[in-house]
Amino acid sequence: MLDPGLDTFPKLALRNAQRLSRKVAIREKDLGIWQSHTWSQYVEQARLIALGLAALGFARRDKTAVVGDNRPQLYWAMLATQALGGIPVPLYQDSIEKEMQYIVGHAEVRFAVVEDQEQVDKLLHVRSQCPMLEWIVYADARGLRHYQDPCLLSLDELKERGRKFAQDNPGYFDQEVARGSAQDTAVIAYTSGTTGQPKGAMLSHRNLIETARSAIERERLTSAEEVMAYLPMAWIGDHMFSFGQSMVAGFTTNCPESAATVLADLKEIGPTYFFAPPRIWENILTSVMIRVDDTAWVKRRMVHFFLDVARRVERRRLAHRAPAPLDRLLYPLGWLLVYGPLRDNLGMGKIRVAYTAGEAIGPELFEFYRSLGINVKQLYGMTESSALICIQQDGDVKLDTVGPPLPGVEVRIGETGEVMYRSPGVFQGYYKNPEATRETLDDGWVHSGDAGFFDKDGHLKIIDRARDVGRLSGGTIFAPKYLENKLKFSPYIKEAVCVGHERAFVSALINIDLASVGNWAERRGLAYTSYTDLAQKAEVYELIRREVVRVNRSLLDEETLRGAQIRRFLLLHKELDADDQEITRTRKVRRGFVAQKYAPLIDALYGTADHVNVEAQVTYEDGRSAAHPAPRGQPDQRALRGGAGPRGGEPRDPTRGDRGHHRPQRCGQDHPAQRGQRVLPALRRPDPLRGP
Amino acid sequence: MVSGFYQPYEGQILFEGRDRTQLRPYDVAALGVARTFQNVALFKGMSVLDNIMTGRLLKMRGSFLLEALYWGPAMKQELEHRAFVERIIDFLEIQAIRKAFAGKLPYGLQKRVELARALAAEPKLLLLDEPMAGMNVEEKEDMCRFILGVNDEFGTTIALIEHDMSVVMDISDRVIALDYGRKIADGRPDEVRADQGVIDAYLGVAHA
Repeated sequence: MLDPGLDTFPKLALRNAQRLSRKVAIREKDLGIWQSHTWSQYVEQARLIALGLAALGFARRDKTAVVGDNRPQLYWAMLATQALGGIPVPLYQDSIEKEMQYIVGHAEVRFAVVEDQEQVDKLLHVRSQCPMLEWIVYADARGLRHYQDPCLLSLDELKERGRKFAQDNPGYFDQEVARGSAQDTAVIAYTSGTTGQPKGAMLSHRNLIETARSAIERERLTSAEEVMAYLPMAWIGDHMFSFGQSMVAGFTTNCPESAATVLADLKEIGPTYFFAPPRIWENILTSVMIRVDDTAWVKRRMVHFFLDVARRVERRRLAHRAPAPLDRLLYPLGWLLVYGPLRDNLGMGKIRVAYTAGEAIGPELFEFYRSLGINVKQLYGMTESSALICIQQDGDVKLDTVGPPLPGVEVRIGETGEVMYRSPGVFQGYYKNPEATRETLDDGWVHSGDAGFFDKDGHLKIIDRARDVGRLSGGTIFAPKYLENKLKFSPYIKEAVCVGHERAFVSALINIDLASVGNWAERRGLAYTSYTDLAQKAEVYELIRREVVRVNRSLLDEETLRGAQIRRFLLLHKELDADDQEITRTRKVRRGFVAQKYAPLIDALYGTADHVNVEAQVTYEDGRSAAHPAPRGQPDQRALRGGAGPRGGEPRDPTRGDRGHHRPQRCGQDHPAQRGQRVLPALRRPDPLRGP
Repeated sequence: MVSGFYQPYEGQILFEGRDRTQLRPYDVAALGVARTFQNVALFKGMSVLDNIMTGRLLKMRGSFLLEALYWGPAMKQELEHRAFVERIIDFLEIQAIRKAFAGKLPYGLQKRVELARALAAEPKLLLLDEPMAGMNVEEKEDMCRFILGVNDEFGTTIALIEHDMSVVMDISDRVIALDYGRKIADGRPDEVRADQGVIDAYLGVAHA
């Protein structure tokens, strides 16, 4: 049970302001300097914002939309809202208007606190459809000087109104905070949703605080931790780490200068507690490997040599075995020459606890960081469980599990293999969606939608989304995400979608990584104009084919999945993009949508054609969309042009560049029916897997 | 000529109501005129930050010795200038490349750094020589946004030379069209756009 004096976040914040008043609560890099705010300043700011909102007529249970990059002002606004008994609704800052409009309308948002002009513009449009939205408060006034809309207010003006309000209503803030109780909804987190409209999971103060507390105890976190707040505020993970746990434990949250500077800021802060989804771990690794590839031959050899040593040591460590005698000598040397400097350069030298979650992480990726002595652990959780269900324990880490449940969390496996859980963190239900609540929440048990099982050590093992796991027509188990993660460990592959359920073999749609393949191409003097152009080069196909072969080779070790090798693949003509709804805002592939959208390509992978012509539907950042028709003069080529980059504001000239066709590629063991036909000559080489 | 590189054969240049016809470039700069170049002219081997700091040189006072020792008033001054430069970096959204070498940046960013350096001089008049040259559509949009922002935020008067008509017509308050060095139109964008002389010169008529 919670102490009634500390059962909401505003009460916890007031305690921090008292006990840790001079301790830094939140830090932000602004104008090139880390600006610190102590806990007493944190609460003072939240107090002024709360009073300002009260002056505007904020009532208990009103909602405040919070939109922007991770900024102290926005965290203060969340606390301010909670202090008044209101409910913050954080939104993804890169959402397009339509998405925001749905949530603002559905949650009946009356107030919005946003970062800057970009978000103000979107919300002004939203407001024209959702008149419920009364006030839009902005933190950064740049570019907004000439905006006349009476619903706009700067954060400074709001605080000024708060000061005046306080003079007339002394003690208002403290009274309102005291009225809050553990059962109040603390936040409505809209899930990005791989299917349908987003659902708003309501989490109470009790849900979040109890979950935060049990994880803090398990990990022995203290007020001395430094955490980096760089993932979207709308995502429950950031809410838990940068807001929830920070309040409960009193540790410091650090906001980077901008999304583009996170890696540099990470290095300056040196967090002790760090969270990243596999995608970020992957990006960091890719950026390291690019730099390694660019160094002198000697250094490159040295890095690779010692990384191999570390990997061997780590593999044995994970198996609870001592390193081989030679490696035992080499590892300290590697620490001196490679691991130490590398950790330092990544800003990971001080990390005590780091997590990866959100998706299964590729084993190679996981091993890489652990082999550098970075305590990366796997974690399992979801919005509906207040972010946390299972965490691996220090010293008991495995590559393919998510660890045992946290104290207070019960997990069982349903009859269909679905993971179900019950805990103090289980959400109150979906806001205004009793039907979805009934489907998910069953007598306190939540259906996770994930397929998994417990291993002999009591670790939970998640295989895939329950509905994604399938079987090849031959009966072999086909776990697409498992294969995709193996592919994505290659620095050249950014995204992959595997297909194979009820098919004769597995094939893959692949996105190359523009940065690293571009770099690779440049070093070979290979000219290209855009992603599309690069992805269709025969040399690039050959490069990726080698990566696919590597993955297939690694599958040979796995009894159950050996039959699920990737036989054919193609490189997509555009990058999968959240604006085109191919991936979610948290960058999870929407498998069903992709399969449907690229059906002709997938058919081609299982057919005999070696070219397919496509027309691309491109959605721009502002939500408009356009189809790119055939280039003039080539009426028979229904070729795609456009979407040259993930953020392209304008389609590329349709008459420029090459034609958008695809070349399905074969690899892995040959499929007898297709051997030697209709593929590029380069691919008819003897297959490395077949041996002599 | 306005920036003082060339001297006019005849006529006058007035700046803030006074004759500035015979000034040298450094005098012009001291008066509050800054410029960017058509072909980027940055110090390639210096960081972006240092490049922009050079824009502050005219504002710096103090002795060589104090500067070298980074002591007393010199330190205070350096910090003030750095703070101003950081505001510009924030304004132009180039935080991520603060410490990168200017010569290694893509062209669009180099142009932005050049603009930053010009802004660092706190000019009253900013001369931009083809700020959009060689940029893609997205970079052009960004640059337009920044130019309008400079005018709005710092109250700087901006004179720019540009061939991209849509850009010129979109962002200008007043447009002057030249044809072989001769002024053929001067007025609001819509007036200039409708001017027959301009249409002839820019869309072309047969030169008899």
